[in-house]
Amino acid sequence: MSLDASEVEKIAHLARLGIDEKDVPEYARNLSNILELVEQMSAVDTSDVEPMAHPLELAQRLRADEVTESDQREHFQKHSPKVEDGLFLVPQVIE
Amino acid sequence: MYSKTVAELANGLQQGDFSSEELTRAYLDRISERGDELNCFITVTAEQAMQSARAADQQRSAGNAGPLTGIPMAHKDIFCTEGVKTSCGSKMLDNFIAPYNATVVERLNEAGMVMLGKTNMDEFAMGSSNETSFYGPVKNPWDLGAVPGGSSGGSAAVVAAQLAPVSTGTDTGGSIRQPASLCGITGLKPTYGRVSRYGMIAFASSLDQAGPMAKTAEDAAMILNAMAGFDQRDSTSVDKEVPDYTANLNDSLKGLKIGLPREFFGEGLDSGTADAVHAALKEYEAMGAELVDISLPNSGLSVPTYYVVAPAECSSNLSRFDGVRFGYRCVDPVDLEDMYKRSRGEGFGPEVKRRIMIGAYALSAGYYDAYYLKAQKCRRLISDDFKKAFEQVDVIMGPTSPDTAFNIGEKSDDPVTMYLSDIYTIAVNLAGLPGMSVPAGLVGGRPVGLQIIGNYFEESKLLNVAHKFQVVTEWHQMVPSAYK
Repeated sequence: MSLDASEVEKIAHLARLGIDEKDVPEYARNLSNILELVEQMSAVDTSDVEPMAHPLELAQRLRADEVTESDQREHFQKHSPKVEDGLFLVPQVIE
Repeated sequence: MYSKTVAELANGLQQGDFSSEELTRAYLDRISERGDELNCFITVTAEQAMQSARAADQQRSAGNAGPLTGIPMAHKDIFCTEGVKTSCGSKMLDNFIAPYNATVVERLNEAGMVMLGKTNMDEFAMGSSNETSFYGPVKNPWDLGAVPGGSSGGSAAVVAAQLAPVSTGTDTGGSIRQPASLCGITGLKPTYGRVSRYGMIAFASSLDQAGPMAKTAEDAAMILNAMAGFDQRDSTSVDKEVPDYTANLNDSLKGLKIGLPREFFGEGLDSGTADAVHAALKEYEAMGAELVDISLPNSGLSVPTYYVVAPAECSSNLSRFDGVRFGYRCVDPVDLEDMYKRSRGEGFGPEVKRRIMIGAYALSAGYYDAYYLKAQKCRRLISDDFKKAFEQVDVIMGPTSPDTAFNIGEKSDDPVTMYLSDIYTIAVNLAGLPGMSVPAGLVGGRPVGLQIIGNYFEESKLLNVAHKFQVVTEWHQMVPSAYK
């Protein structure tokens, strides 16, 4: 599996990653090499194998629906890039 | 003082030979003299350390000291530390002051340990050489031209250079064991779920696990006693009793069955490393252990499988870094998409970007079955190999890394070559098993590590097996001559 420049640009867009145009060929080469490594998986027949999502295969723990944490908005927003009145500010989305 | 183990320091503090304040001052002085040449700390928390040390001394004089009270240590910069910069080795978090403590940090604080600082690491723990750090590579104390391994390279280097008696690390594909091996120290990756991941910045959530990096197995056991245990705040934390990991260190190894996977001794293994591992196995035979030839037939799949599973989880975990709520935000974004793309493009380094893209690709429509689902199936095969092996043997041994430390720059141009340096450690994470690396020799002046893999939740057995080796050998006492 080999990726060309336009595929790299598409993946970068999907992941919302800004990439310099001059770096695209190198990413294409490196990512293609990694995918080639990954291709080795296709050498084994896994048609009867159950996928394994988690090493211990335990059931997800549930807890009672109770408030256990206090509001710490100011504390958490202290190091935010831009806040106003307890809200996170981002560039305008709707005209 | 700095040449002592944690066990010896605990004894010295208890006997009143020195105070925690004196001990902490000694380490801080050594860090300010020798830390920069190794580039091993991102942040040194000198003032806070002295405060904690004085508090520890007061606790002791009040008669409330535990076994770790007043002992200095260093945290990998992946653990959130309240009020202290927590960068994860990335420009993305260069300005991030954690608003709370990771559970691991909280527990070690409660045990009275004194944090000296935060250690350098590969960016977001993605790397095997420490070269992907935004803060530049850590140098290996055995040879300043060599890498310390990664991603917990700073944590390994500080212990090897005696700038801290012990440190914390995290291991997603070998990030505790491989740097421990390359720096000649003892590192333990516990069973998945044994140590809380709360406040430990996530890379690959089904693989990440924290553990101690120390001079000896005994020290690792003492630290694991404080680190391990159930945590309500980590949904994958396992509610299982924590034994006293120091209790069985001296158990006899007579009749211990050690499995040697053929696949770990084949092509690609450096001959000097192989010789050192075989010599270590002879020591075990002399202690009454039995060597058993075993096979992990699917272990060759572990690197390809890992490079789907880990990037897929990473692309999902790292989507939180968007420049909105914390961390780096680009200057003057024109719109929201521009802000996301430039904040992430400028905030992440190339290796992190590669892994995010591989993950995004493997999870994207049309490719999910061929990559992610396939990898999950291969993961089952790899894990089942270990299950079968542990029906036959008590522990599995082999080299931690195929070679000793490589030179800085030697593998940094080719990601795939770099990935293969974790060939013996990755399968352990995919299966969720505990694993250790202990010093087992020197080749060309660079350390060799012996890897010991145990069955689920058998950390006590691993530590026992490692400790007995350290009773009859002196490799763990080796210190690079410049740092004696």
